[in-house]
Amino acid sequence: MNFVVSIVFSGAVVTLLVLIPWVGVGAFDLRVLFGIVIPYAAVITFFAGLVAKVIGWGRSPVPFRIPTTAGQQWSLPWIKANRVDNPKGNGGVVLRMIFEVLLFRSLFRNTRMEFRNGPRITYEFEKWLWLFGLLFHYAFLVIIIRHLRFFTEPIPFFVKLLENLDGFMQIGIAPLTGYQLPGLFLSGMVLLAAVGFLFLRRLLSAQIRHISLPGDYFPLFLIGAIGFTGILMRYLLKVDIVAVKELTMGLVSFHPTIPGGVGVLFYIHLFLVSVLFFYFPFSKLVHLGGVFLSPTRNLANNSRAVRHVNPWSYPVKTHTYDEYEEEFRDKMVEAGLPVEKAPEPEEEASEEETGEKE
Amino acid sequence: MYDGGKIITGLVIGLALLLFPFFYTAGKAARAPERELTAKAKEAEKCIEATAFMKTGHMKLLDEWRDEVVRDADRYYTSNLTGEVHYKSIQVTCMECHSNKTKFCDRCHTYAGVDPFCWDCHIAPKESE
Ligand code: HEC
Ligand code: HEC
Ligand code: HEC
Repeated sequence: MNFVVSIVFSGAVVTLLVLIPWVGVGAFDLRVLFGIVIPYAAVITFFAGLVAKVIGWGRSPVPFRIPTTAGQQWSLPWIKANRVDNPKGNGGVVLRMIFEVLLFRSLFRNTRMEFRNGPRITYEFEKWLWLFGLLFHYAFLVIIIRHLRFFTEPIPFFVKLLENLDGFMQIGIAPLTGYQLPGLFLSGMVLLAAVGFLFLRRLLSAQIRHISLPGDYFPLFLIGAIGFTGILMRYLLKVDIVAVKELTMGLVSFHPTIPGGVGVLFYIHLFLVSVLFFYFPFSKLVHLGGVFLSPTRNLANNSRAVRHVNPWSYPVKTHTYDEYEEEFRDKMVEAGLPVEKAPEPEEEASEEETGEKE
Repeated sequence: MYDGGKIITGLVIGLALLLFPFFYTAGKAARAPERELTAKAKEAEKCIEATAFMKTGHMKLLDEWRDEVVRDADRYYTSNLTGEVHYKSIQVTCMECHSNKTKFCDRCHTYAGVDPFCWDCHIAPKESE
């Protein structure tokens, strides 16, 4: 698909998603629908979808270990092997997974191949995707943990701790009177900046633009819109936080309520998050679970040490030469063909024959 | 399933983490705590601005006051609601009506998980009991 079409399409969908709760709550007052029914449905879809995906992956056989070339495989004791990049046992695999999941190691290895000064290939340092990917994911994690203040009562200590770290600059959203409280959380800004980078990367690099689809732009726009509405709510347009917490606590305690005085902006934010939850298991975002099940990362490279039988191997009906000879030995001998095992009964028979002749 | 034991264990751990708020809350409804008004506040009936604005925007108001006082020495604020003139001060004005800080400001703040650092310097009202 043409990238302009992809971007316009994704942008239009996100705009529509903003308008739905705006009209639904703003004009038709469908607070129960947008504040209770849709969030519950979204969370159920998210968990059911995620579990179904993981089980589906679990049922798919991975017949062979896929050694990655990043490290020397273990072979002989005097050949130095790389125990983390090409592990032979579970310990190494666990380390490799930790590096992958927490530090995005395979992304860190990224280089850019380029022709420089004529036909000379160079491999360029290219860590921007890794850096912004890491920033994006960690900012998102911090934001999710911070949101626990709306879903727990009393609020656990680590939420408070993280908020203090996140807000350590003790500045406001803008150096203007009236915009310096509440204090700025850096994670929100980092998230939007990283989303911006990830979008521009798709837009400006010709190769990546070529392979980008609406399924790539839409999640970026959706997450961007969620971050933007959140920032609007916290710093600029304001909503009644205490009432919002009553609503969210109602959801997690299964005693849903719709407190009065919560503005439409909150319902837009909540609806966009619900859409993210709905969309999650059916999109590339499900790499949340998938990263743990990537076969190139989570399997020890022990193909030489352990026999792996392909589980989808069809039980082929074989007819070995031994069996074949067993079946046709008489005829083969008759035709004068060489046989591996001399036929015993034949010998007896010939003795009998000779006996008859005498 | 292949490696079913490991995958199911991982899945259960993942789900437990993601469902943490549901376990932690365990069905207990947690309504917002009641805020108590002092006798003085009750008598005044109205806050400095409309209640809906105060609920969402009191930190903005405080921030404006702070800057205007500290930078411009502009110490008086005329309410848009009542037209009354107030001395711009967190310690003197707000805390005069809301002298029960622990039963007013703090109840909301604890529930919402905010911990204004203003009281590092400004003096919180002494409360009996
Ligand atoms: C209706 C509940 C409520 C009451 C009552 C209340 N607050 Fe707040 N206050 C909040 C909420 C919620 C926030 C955080 C807003 C946010 O996170 O966007 C807040 C934030 C603040 C902040 C900014 C803190 C920061 O670090 O961001 C200050 C300052 C503040 N309140 C002062 C007061 C004072 C002083 C009182 C008592 C006179 C008071 N508040 C009473 C709900 C309340
Ligand atoms: C003249 C006394 C008075 C002063 C001064 C005053 N308040 Fe109030 N405040 C009240 C009253 C009375 C209410 C309850 C209004 C109502 O219930 O409608 C109230 C309500 C509030 C609320 C909403 C509480 C809730 O539970 O919804 C907040 C927040 C608040 N005040 C903060 C402040 C802050 C911050 C200041 C200083 C800038 C301040 N007040 C100064 C009397 C006062
Ligand atoms: C580092 C100490 C410090 C901290 C922290 C602090 N202030 Fe102040 N504040 C001052 C000083 C000093 C003044 C000047 C007092 C004066 O000149 O009357 C002041 C003045 C003010 C004033 C105007 C005068 C008055 O009497 O209230 C307001 C309003 C104010 N601060 C609000 C806040 C708020 C809201 C916070 C929390 C977000 C806060 N301050 C945190 C030191 C501090």
